[in-house]
Amino acid sequence: MDEKLGRIRRQQAAAPGIMMAKKKISDKPSSTGEDRESVVIRFAGDSGDGMQLTGRQFSNTSAIAGNDISTLPDFPAEIRAPAGSIPGVSAYQIHFSSVDILTPGDEPEVLVAMNPAALKSNLHDLKPDGRVIVNTDAFTGANLKKANYEASPLDDGTLASFQVIAIPIATLNAKALEGIDLPRKEADRSKNLWALGLLYWLYDRPLEPTLRWLERKFAGNDILIEANRTALLAGYAYAEASEIFTTHFRVREALIAPGRYRKITGNEALVLGCVAAGILAKTQVIYASYPITPASEILHGLSTYRRLGVRTVQAEDEIAAMGMVVGAAFGGGLAVTGTSGPGLALKAEAINLAVMAELPCVIINVQRAGPSTGMPTKTEQGDLLQAVFGRNGESPVAVLAQSTPSDGFDVVLEAFRTAVRHMVPVIILSDGYLGNGAEPWKIPDIESLEPIDMFHPEGGGKPFHPYERAADTLARPWAIPGTAGLEHRIGGLEKEDVTGDVSYDPANHQRMTDLRREKLKKIADFYPPVEVDGDGEGDLLVLSWGSTFGAVRTAVGKCRGEGRSVSHVHLRHVHPFPNDLGEIIGRFGRVLIPELNGGQLLFLIRSAYLVGAEGLNKVEGRPFMVAEVASRIREMT
Amino acid sequence: MIDRSKNRATPTRKDFQSNQEVRWCPACGDYSILSQVQKIVPTLGIEKEKFVFVSGIGCSSRFPYYMNTYGFHTIHGRAPTIATGLKVANPDLSVWVITGDGDALSIGGNHLIHALRRNMDIKILLFNNRIYGLTKGQYSPTSEQGKKTKSTPAGSPDYPVHPVSLALAAEATFVARAIDTDTKHLAGVIERAARHRGSAFIEIFQNCNIFNDGAFDEFKARDVRDERVVRLEQGKPVRFGKEGGRGIRLRNCTLEAVSSGPGEEPPDCIVHDEKSRSFIAYMLARMEYPEFPVAIGVFRDLEKPTYGELLDEQGDFRIAGDTAEALRSLLHTGETWVVGNE
Ligand code: SF4
Repeated sequence: MDEKLGRIRRQQAAAPGIMMAKKKISDKPSSTGEDRESVVIRFAGDSGDGMQLTGRQFSNTSAIAGNDISTLPDFPAEIRAPAGSIPGVSAYQIHFSSVDILTPGDEPEVLVAMNPAALKSNLHDLKPDGRVIVNTDAFTGANLKKANYEASPLDDGTLASFQVIAIPIATLNAKALEGIDLPRKEADRSKNLWALGLLYWLYDRPLEPTLRWLERKFAGNDILIEANRTALLAGYAYAEASEIFTTHFRVREALIAPGRYRKITGNEALVLGCVAAGILAKTQVIYASYPITPASEILHGLSTYRRLGVRTVQAEDEIAAMGMVVGAAFGGGLAVTGTSGPGLALKAEAINLAVMAELPCVIINVQRAGPSTGMPTKTEQGDLLQAVFGRNGESPVAVLAQSTPSDGFDVVLEAFRTAVRHMVPVIILSDGYLGNGAEPWKIPDIESLEPIDMFHPEGGGKPFHPYERAADTLARPWAIPGTAGLEHRIGGLEKEDVTGDVSYDPANHQRMTDLRREKLKKIADFYPPVEVDGDGEGDLLVLSWGSTFGAVRTAVGKCRGEGRSVSHVHLRHVHPFPNDLGEIIGRFGRVLIPELNGGQLLFLIRSAYLVGAEGLNKVEGRPFMVAEVASRIREMT
Repeated sequence: MIDRSKNRATPTRKDFQSNQEVRWCPACGDYSILSQVQKIVPTLGIEKEKFVFVSGIGCSSRFPYYMNTYGFHTIHGRAPTIATGLKVANPDLSVWVITGDGDALSIGGNHLIHALRRNMDIKILLFNNRIYGLTKGQYSPTSEQGKKTKSTPAGSPDYPVHPVSLALAAEATFVARAIDTDTKHLAGVIERAARHRGSAFIEIFQNCNIFNDGAFDEFKARDVRDERVVRLEQGKPVRFGKEGGRGIRLRNCTLEAVSSGPGEEPPDCIVHDEKSRSFIAYMLARMEYPEFPVAIGVFRDLEKPTYGELLDEQGDFRIAGDTAEALRSLLHTGETWVVGNE
């Protein structure tokens, strides 16, 4: 038990801890330009303008250049909303820094607006006195009208409080590409690279990573490589030569723990975690899923890992995906599915079968704004209660929450360990913000990853009892078809204790219901102690879960820096709660629970501990800003 | 896993009977199907522990409890999905789905279609009694139009679904029909389904003597069945009636039943071809009494790569031998960079 506990502790330490391991930068003198600690910028344009790609390039380059990064992509659910319209705006925010950062930043200092709609829908987030770089070519009468501008905001004083850099980007880009054999329409498609080049100069970024990427992306099409390369270099050269910027800025390397790094999104981390789980368990991973935003990338990612033991099935619907997971778990595989809120609703029935049949499986829910179809590409934490309670009957499942993009790797490993050790379904709550957001990730030490113990009994002449339980976990044996001598029947009907035969006996149903609940509670015996960030007692405890980690940790740190008595507990284990949580809560005068929902953890904490916790809640489809959380903490301390 | 399959006595029918008391109503058609399955499975040369019976919800879905094999009594309509996951995880198993008309064609219609079209190597036995038994007698998707039940006191307005034509349309590679009481024929069809590589679908007319007694009597009753049932046999003319005096032929793209004079063969009968992809199988499946005799037997038996085989063809699936090497290949592939000393 102690050894297991230690193992979990080590896994935990690897999660948000990576970011914590970074040290403060030493101030080196700057050769050119001005040094900045951290910068937040945002690219915004039409969905067809390639803003996601531009943002990803900027963040890759910054990560490779040694910055800490955190990103916030924001794109429409429609594949192609009408060009130039506000619903069609796609944006990508990047926070890059020479110190440890945990959020994509509250307010960008630079907004690149490729058209009027992008300006209109993003300007309100720009820092006062921030820079707005506009592509004037797109500010035509028709485009202004589509963005509901009566007069051009470039002329009417709308932008008076900002530094406006008006550039005919499309025209300049077309001019740069004149020698290349491409129709104008095609040439126009690389204007995002032109803008990227401009920003690369402004923030002193290396060009090589993007140039290398262009070679890979357009391999075999020399004209496109040339066109995009030319656009990138032209933007860069324009910034340097035109003197529109008086200086450029340097964000130095973050002094972070030595090691090998890669940039990772939340969905990518979940993919790597699933594959690693199979390797560590020396068994196959079966991922069955139905495409759904924002979880589809997990299916795409896992479908490329057959060589490392992953089989994926694209099911006919969400229900089927979960049914396949239950079947695969019965068959002895590491079975996992991924979905988003509406899909979790459909999966409830088959998850409940796994509860009754006591089969191990993992369900990843990359939450999005609901109810119903809601806002598919926008983030929310609205499914906590659905995960904990959303099934018929007394149906306990374990629920874990991912806290940062890279944490996806650790959370999946923990979910599989829990599932197979306790023979339960485990739901992982991620969300759109984590799924699409990216950060640098220190690749874990391979030797530090503990094997996942899989135990399947063998037939041995004795009569086999499929519901005979292990003493420490109350888990039943995972006997798999194909094992001679252990033939048995399971199913969704209530089981008789020990034998697993169908039973409608009232006392037995009570006993089995208690056992299932007790079994779930025992999971908490394997958790590491809850970590309190800050003092172990005080005026205010901020309690959070999931993707709000970065904003809440940063806000609490800030407020503590102001001398306030505030500490932070971030929950990985949202069901069942850690054994020591109640006691910790009791050591604080007040409790604040910030969540991107109407108060769901708040509901659970109040009912579990009978405390008057207070909520900070919003559902705007986007993450908390640090300032929102900090200002509430200030009100309360 | 220790292979205990060697040096074991060949299993018998008894080995496949579980210790559970069978709880279907006395004289229910399910008994005869259970008995035929228990008769056939020991003869297939497959180890007992490799059989898995997966079911949904309904009277028929109690079936797995009565087989002394691995079994999973799952949830309403979803058995094909659970069977699919099981087969993907463990391709060596012989996976069977036991389902009914409500389970497979109403709540689980979608899953049935997709399991069949994928050519998953699973055997689906659909017990069609044209009624909801377990919920005590509402009409089902195969009930005839106008059926008066507890939920349709004025008669059901629904047009029924035809299970075999649905399975054919879903591209199942083995599609057959049998009758619970015609046990020898039933056993033969079950055996062929078991030996088929790919998705196999059998509609079995099953009498529910409590809620829909005699649903098939008008053609299956002993005294009339020769005239009203036609058995399809590969490569043979489609004939029925006393001494094969009647037959089915194709005229102007429709079927018609023809009769011969005494002692003669009926003219121009269709020669049954299970290997054909033509629409004739579909038309034979839809023959209904009284206009036609009802066809039983194998409508289609095609060879086509299964889902599992197609996945295997994509190659390179393997479970990593060397954990450290596999993890390194997983985590260090793609764009990475080094900070300080690695
Ligand atoms: S209700 Fe009908 S189908 Fe169900 S067991 Fe009784 S006779 Fe059989």
